[in-house]
Amino acid sequence: MERLTFDLATQPLRELNTFLHNDAKDGKARHVTVLNPDGAHNIAVGLDCPVEVEIIGHAGYYAGGMNKAASVTITGSAGTGVAENMMSGKVHVKGFASNGAGASAHGGLLVIDGDAGLRCGISLKGGNIVVGGSVGSFSAFMAQAGRMVICGDAGDALGDSLYEAVLYVKGSVKSLGADAQYEPMTDEDIAAVASLLDQAGLDHDPKAFRRIASKRSLYHWNADANQEY
Amino acid sequence: MCGIVGLLVKTPALREKLGELMVPMLIGMTERGPDSAGLAVFGNPLAESQRKISVYSGLTEDGADFNWLGLSHELKSHLGVPVGIEIKGNHAVLTFDVAPAIVKRWIAEHHPKLHILSTGRSIDLYKDIGTPAEVAARYDFSKLTGSHLVGHTRMATESAVTPDRAHPFTAGEDFCLVHNGSLSNPNGIRRMLEPRGIHFETDNDTEAACRFLEWRLREGDDLETALQKGFEELDGFFTFLMGTPDKLALIRDPFACKPAVVAETDDYVAIASEFRSLAHLPGIKHATVFEPAPEEMYVWNA
Repeated sequence: MERLTFDLATQPLRELNTFLHNDAKDGKARHVTVLNPDGAHNIAVGLDCPVEVEIIGHAGYYAGGMNKAASVTITGSAGTGVAENMMSGKVHVKGFASNGAGASAHGGLLVIDGDAGLRCGISLKGGNIVVGGSVGSFSAFMAQAGRMVICGDAGDALGDSLYEAVLYVKGSVKSLGADAQYEPMTDEDIAAVASLLDQAGLDHDPKAFRRIASKRSLYHWNADANQEY
Repeated sequence: MCGIVGLLVKTPALREKLGELMVPMLIGMTERGPDSAGLAVFGNPLAESQRKISVYSGLTEDGADFNWLGLSHELKSHLGVPVGIEIKGNHAVLTFDVAPAIVKRWIAEHHPKLHILSTGRSIDLYKDIGTPAEVAARYDFSKLTGSHLVGHTRMATESAVTPDRAHPFTAGEDFCLVHNGSLSNPNGIRRMLEPRGIHFETDNDTEAACRFLEWRLREGDDLETALQKGFEELDGFFTFLMGTPDKLALIRDPFACKPAVVAETDDYVAIASEFRSLAHLPGIKHATVFEPAPEEMYVWNA
């Protein structure tokens, strides 16, 4: 069977997730449509095969969490922790996403067409995040690897205590976090932003983005800093 | 954790369905708050001189068998004015045409275990321990009518599970507040308010926020100014939803630690901790759904 539909108004969520973990992996469906998600938590979590899942409506917490290889699309909004700890594949939110979107993602691509809440990409570990709208405060806190492309604005303390993740912002930034700094855009940066925008299906001029990366001054303990950073 | 819900109907015809639309919202928040539930509903105000109080008898020995009619007769003979009464088990709404302080003082003297839930011209308040479904059934929430309401499901973290520590909290007249979160300076707020003659009924952190904001309103602040002072003085995690006779108001702490989502149509504004409490509402698929930003004030007029 190529396509299958689950209606969460009449079928339990566990039935859907069990199917996606077992039957879909065995190739019993390539495309699964989920109707009436109605804000349920943990929809399509822990997938580890290249199945396409389309969630029609608003998803609750942790949708597409721990995703590996699968492609999950949410036509509405997503609750806290969408695509958290994603390993690979793609999660696409067509509405807005709540707090902690893409937290600690190791790989894959998270695309949010609307705004993302606070702490987007916190502790990012290698995944890529493209946000069509704006991100809330404390986004990319302690982000270690990967890239974030923000087409709108950013809130307070963007990139606080950044490690080696790189952030690109088109709009205004309310404030940078400790140890984050603006750096010149190189040709490589412009190519990276262009490629991510292309993958996300968003039309922006890559040259209009600013690069933010770590000053690396917090990497080593400085006993003379007197807690002033 | 805890769950909050709010509903304000714009279309007058929906006032009759306020309770019916709200019950699934409240029950939808059971996982966030299974130990107690409550709500405050605002309807057409009584005449200028009249007041009503919502009273809870669950802490008396007779509980739901409390002799409410006996109470209203006693009050009538004591006050010499008619007292209206609507009874729902361990809950009653008393209506009268004298200063509420006189009635409340008499109740405190003669029935000290009765708990006054609310006072005003527009507000009725219900809260009790039990799951949201149990509490909704206990008081026939689905039959409630009015223009707007504020509801709460509780998972206690800061004080014990008792009916008086359930939400909403009230202070003064026609003001109530529900809270998802925990405050870190409620005792500092209490120490500031108590010398001003403001009396606390519980050790609950939310009560401090409620009494602080009502104090600011009573001192002459408009709602927006009072909320701004709330941002400055109240420390901790909060999504607060407040009700007045003509407004619903929502604020979230600067870290947006506790969730909230709003759905608005031409017919209503609905607020809940999570979308799953809004999913059943009519026309929701075409509603404007958004997440309120931290440190912003959202005020809707009834």
